[in-house]
Amino acid sequence: MNILAVLMSSLGSQIAQFPSDTLSWIMSIVFYAMFIVFMFYGQKIQTYTMLRQVEGSLYKLKYIRDEGRKITIETIKEIGKPQTDPSTKVDRFLEYFTISPQSLDPAGVVWKLEHILDIRDTRFKDEVKLMAPASGETQVNNLENTLEAAMALNYIYKIIRHFYLLGKKTLSLYIIMQIQMILPLIMREAEAYASALKAFAYGQPIGDGAGALVAAKLMHGHETRKIAKDCVVATVPMEGRTSYVIKAEGPGGNVGKPGEAVKTIIEENDGKINMIIMIDAALKLEGEEPGQVAEGVGAAIGGPGVDQYKIEESILKHRIPINAVIIKEDIGDAVSPMRKKIFDAVDPAIERIKQVILEKTKEGDKVIIAGVGNSIGIGH
Amino acid sequence: MSKTSSATTTRISSFVLVVVFITLALSLTALYLGITALLTEETVVSGYLLLVGFLGLALSTYMLFQTRRRILRLRIKAPPVTTTIECRKCSFKSVREFQRGDHIFKEVEPCQKCNENMLITAIYREVKGKVKRSRF
Repeated sequence: MNILAVLMSSLGSQIAQFPSDTLSWIMSIVFYAMFIVFMFYGQKIQTYTMLRQVEGSLYKLKYIRDEGRKITIETIKEIGKPQTDPSTKVDRFLEYFTISPQSLDPAGVVWKLEHILDIRDTRFKDEVKLMAPASGETQVNNLENTLEAAMALNYIYKIIRHFYLLGKKTLSLYIIMQIQMILPLIMREAEAYASALKAFAYGQPIGDGAGALVAAKLMHGHETRKIAKDCVVATVPMEGRTSYVIKAEGPGGNVGKPGEAVKTIIEENDGKINMIIMIDAALKLEGEEPGQVAEGVGAAIGGPGVDQYKIEESILKHRIPINAVIIKEDIGDAVSPMRKKIFDAVDPAIERIKQVILEKTKEGDKVIIAGVGNSIGIGH
Repeated sequence: MSKTSSATTTRISSFVLVVVFITLALSLTALYLGITALLTEETVVSGYLLLVGFLGLALSTYMLFQTRRRILRLRIKAPPVTTTIECRKCSFKSVREFQRGDHIFKEVEPCQKCNENMLITAIYREVKGKVKRSRF
């Protein structure tokens, strides 16, 4: 440090000896040199700056991915009590992929997709049972959801790493730019999955379960029966009407098959259903309040589209009107433990459903109320 | 996926730290020399030295804060989740921290007042923090 001070002081005294116009001359040269450098290498500098930004986010993604993996393994060890270390099996699971069906000839692609998704679900559940032999049905569902969140984090990390390395290899501004521009959105999604992972591991209700919670509140205290795979229905008298309330089977992490459930109830009643109301959590736009309840028409259901297709087919066949009530939230809220604002929106949503029933149906009518969403942490 | 990978992720390069501290030392020296030059009425020289000193100081402190921010940001925070338990008979309500196995509509321990089984009626997290008011 002393040598540094001596060097600096000698440099200072040398500078002090310069006439002021010489210094101005040097500064002008530096200015022109910088101008020329930026003119020729501006894009390269921009490329390196962007690469640094992507690298910083990649560090964070790597950390989140590794933490996710660690939490998953710890949860499996804690709940599943495996005889051997599940790390290898978890690592293998994180690399699983699903090939979507060929849609060159789109006729029947929905059924093919449903079949592939069924196989995937069965395979995942079997793997989880092997990893965690001591876990019950609810815990198997929760662990499956935890592993899926860890899988999503691994996938996001690998995609960003791919573009980062490709950009570094080619030094193409356009490869780096396209990933750098969408990086804030990807980071938000990754952070949401990270908090989802903890929620799934602990079995806490998540924001996406708002629809399932509405249905659970409506069916609480009434007898339920299984109607489709991982789906239950309760017959609830409401405002002089008969309502069939559907939700995914809880409290394990499940979305069930609401499409199949709605179709079955319509068939059981020979198509004599007067109205369907679907309740789901929906992504809000920036500026909208989380927990805001909105009303509309159509099948309010996300996912790969199989259930929406089934519902639309069934209602078209019997000309049944369909209404939707949504609870707004952002992607972070949708997969992280349920916020109070979203929880508090459940009662206004129920009021809205009752209002719709009163306005659009008459006494003695039959109504289907489908609460869509992940039922993790929500019993009935 | 090595077991130590998370440790390497949070580690800050020692080379970066050395560069930052050297820049900081040089900037402080430049500032000192600038002030000395100013006192001896070498205004042009002192101007340049002060400019270089302040620029270096700003750059090095910014980099130091950035490295610290990276460490702070690399934490997955588990938000506190609360469970509300209610008695259906006497409406006695209690709120506690979420425990693994809790789920909405689960029957739990008997009520302290009437000994009736209580029910979990709510599980949620409260988001604390400043609410930013938007003009739109």
